[in-house]
Amino acid sequence: MNPVLPTIIKKEFIHIWRDPQTLVIILLMPLMMLILYGYAITLEMKQIRTAVVDLDKTPQSREFIEKIISTGFFHVTRVDVPYRQIEDIFFRSQARCVIVIPDNFAEKLAGDSSTPVQLVVDASDPNAANFINNYMARINVGFNLQHGAGNGGIFSVEARLLYNPDLLSAYFFVPGLVAVIILLSSALLTSIAIVREIEFGTMEQILVSPVRPNQIIIGKIVPYLVLSFLDGVLILFFAHLWFHVPVYGSLLLLGFSLFVYILTGLCFGVLISTVARSQQVAMMAVMVITILPSFMLSGFIFPVRSMPHILREISVIVPATHFLRIIRGIMLKGTGIFQLLPELGILTAFSILLIAISIRKFHTKLE
Amino acid sequence: MNRQSTGPDSFAAETTVVVSHLTRKFGSFTAVDNVSFTVARGEIFGFLGANGAGKTTTIRMLCGLLKPSSGSASVAGLDVYHQPEKIKTKIGYMSQQFSLYEDLTVRENIQFYGGIYGLSRLQIRSKTDELLHYLNLWDQVDVLTRDLPLGWKQRMALSSAILHDPPIIFLDEPTSGVDPASRREFWLLIYELAARGKTVFVTTHYMDEAEYCHRVSIMKDGRIVELDKPERLKNKYAAKNMQQVFINIVKGKDK
Amino acid sequence: MKPIVTMTFPVSIQNLKKSYAAVPAVQNVSIQVQKGEIYGLIGPDGAGKTTIIRILVSLLDADGGEVLFMGRNVSQNVRYVRSNIGYMPQRFSLYRDLSVRQNLRFFGDLFHVPRHIQEQRLKALYDFSKLGPFQNRLAGALSGGMKQKLALSCMLMHEPDVIVLDEPTFGVDPVSRAEFWDILKMLASNGKCLLVSTAYMDEAYLCHRIGLLDKGRLLAQNKPQVLIERFDFPLYRIRSEQPHKIYTQLKATYFEKHIQLFGDGVYFIDRDKSGSAAIRRRLADLNITYDKFEPVKPTLENLFLELMI
Repeated sequence: MNPVLPTIIKKEFIHIWRDPQTLVIILLMPLMMLILYGYAITLEMKQIRTAVVDLDKTPQSREFIEKIISTGFFHVTRVDVPYRQIEDIFFRSQARCVIVIPDNFAEKLAGDSSTPVQLVVDASDPNAANFINNYMARINVGFNLQHGAGNGGIFSVEARLLYNPDLLSAYFFVPGLVAVIILLSSALLTSIAIVREIEFGTMEQILVSPVRPNQIIIGKIVPYLVLSFLDGVLILFFAHLWFHVPVYGSLLLLGFSLFVYILTGLCFGVLISTVARSQQVAMMAVMVITILPSFMLSGFIFPVRSMPHILREISVIVPATHFLRIIRGIMLKGTGIFQLLPELGILTAFSILLIAISIRKFHTKLE
Repeated sequence: MNRQSTGPDSFAAETTVVVSHLTRKFGSFTAVDNVSFTVARGEIFGFLGANGAGKTTTIRMLCGLLKPSSGSASVAGLDVYHQPEKIKTKIGYMSQQFSLYEDLTVRENIQFYGGIYGLSRLQIRSKTDELLHYLNLWDQVDVLTRDLPLGWKQRMALSSAILHDPPIIFLDEPTSGVDPASRREFWLLIYELAARGKTVFVTTHYMDEAEYCHRVSIMKDGRIVELDKPERLKNKYAAKNMQQVFINIVKGKDK
Repeated sequence: MKPIVTMTFPVSIQNLKKSYAAVPAVQNVSIQVQKGEIYGLIGPDGAGKTTIIRILVSLLDADGGEVLFMGRNVSQNVRYVRSNIGYMPQRFSLYRDLSVRQNLRFFGDLFHVPRHIQEQRLKALYDFSKLGPFQNRLAGALSGGMKQKLALSCMLMHEPDVIVLDEPTFGVDPVSRAEFWDILKMLASNGKCLLVSTAYMDEAYLCHRIGLLDKGRLLAQNKPQVLIERFDFPLYRIRSEQPHKIYTQLKATYFEKHIQLFGDGVYFIDRDKSGSAAIRRRLADLNITYDKFEPVKPTLENLFLELMI
């Protein structure tokens, strides 16, 4: 075996050990991000400010309101809103949704027909609106069942809810967050790997040696693959412990997918590093190129299915899209490897392509 | 007869730097060990020594950047223990890296440094004009600093360092890598500054540069082992240049 | 024009040209270096030293001319050049967070030097560099002089026959510089071929041959002693405590082209060969007072200044 590659890998490991401060940051930063963002999102999803227009004012309607409050999802701020002021409430951001209980609520409930309750949602945040809608439907169904009100479901329940039966947003969001954070942190690690040696001047010395670009590039990826994998496992562990995200599928498969995905992130970082002029530029580029598409186009926030055609096409080249499917599949649905083969295949193809471009783009001269 | 503290005639009596038994320790290591000397107004004072001999530590103490462990030192009449911030307004510092902003023009750099030293806008303008004429940089005023030849950058770095008209100027390896002709122009400037009463400290590894100094001190292991005019040191060590003097002192004595 | 007997020169550069964005950096430079020889490229920053060296070690492409390493064209044999040449860049290019020993081993591995041979070479390198006691110290914590020796040692791990050093003694004190040059001389006497650039004029005398470089042109090249002979005007030193005053006074006269300012006095070049008595009379006419007026032998710096005009 060629001794040059192990030599470079060993050297990279020494760099990592010699700088424990950076090591700690590498390990803890993604975890901090997970906790902060995870909380920010779940908190927001818990205390939805809600106004109620109770036109019925019966014990049944009060029971309904109490049911809503008891979920903890809705924070009822007002119950005495006149019907005409609904729009005003939204303009003043006093509530994000308004529940209108019609004046014949108790009557209809007793009369065994469907019970129309109007839900008015501020849809300027479509994602939140979607959630509120789903939540409300749950409560409604429960309420109807409790009162033996036949097929009382007024709202359609999305298929997605089947895999998230308790409607905890953390279940849905945290895997997505994990996907974004892992991509960002792994790409950041390698993004400075090569450009740093150019800035420090050490590249000039090792270029004048028999070392080949592929050895330098692979030698830079391997140590961070180990490091990032450990970090990824740590993050998933926390997602499970802290946010109680279940893992229905195979842990081994999850680990393997994580490995494949991290490799993609690292390869992407290396490519940035071979073309960037400075460490600063490389890091900025990684942040812009990973964070935004991963949030917007991967299905993390907006379902890919409901995107315009062009964006759906673009979402295919966003690695997080594929990992998101994998991780949601394994963790929430218990999907097996055969259903995930296309995603795993695409991520592997990305890695190979990115490495190939990096090796081609690697400057072996100083100009 | 040789005048005591040297060359520059009219200012010879005034001392601007008085250092007495100055010592600085880092833990158990004594970086500067009981150093004493005085420097006169208008004097060009060379500060030589091997890497790690204590030059930088001494200069940092004189600039008010580092507190001495013991001994005393005053710079421009100010005490290094109690008035370090005032000292900073009395000194100009130019390092070999020329701390200029490469993406600013000559004028912008000078204005920036003028601003740092708290000069008023009027003062900056008149100072800029004065310096640019004096340094012969007037034609280059709107040129980006990165596009200037090294010799000009060096003159500009000097002009930025003396913008606030400090009585004492520290030059840290000022002419590294500058071509021989530009070096001479630079030294003419230094001589003129000295003739106008500025005290100039120079550290350098170029021993021919040491020849330009009125007096040089040579440090070794934290102590000043020689302090005299270059001419007299050459005679003393029967050396034909300062290079030999330096090597004799630094290498010879510990063998 | 074909270079004659190229094979005897491990390094052969003919009519080298290189520009950066239309600004010429190197113009028609021809240099040949023999086995056992130290060739010094002497010149200020921006003279083109680093460009020439980087082209020779295959890090830059030339715009014109021919660069041969061991008789092979450098641009067509990049891998061969990089595997066999010894190159020490101007900036300290070792890993500061690796120890002395780790750096040496890293470069040994990089050049495929077998482990048992690495151990032997480590011993020899520690011997002459005196780095042995510091082998576990981080490279970044070494003094300037020791850093340079470590960089040299790393480069010697693969025992190259041609050694190229770009300002190896920059910013290093005179004593460490002298020690460094002792090592270079030893390498040359072992038959190595050395190309060294420097901005220190005193190091020029330590080279077998030198090329004086300014603004991308080779002003002159030969043995230092032979070059100095090209300065064929009588030279006088006017000694004074304040040489700049005399210099300024003389500069205002028609002697402007005759004088050079040095730290120990003003040097007067007697271009007209008018003799010392005549010059002293002229000085007296100009009311110039000085301590001493004496004939001196020219130095390379006198020559360089003369050639730069």
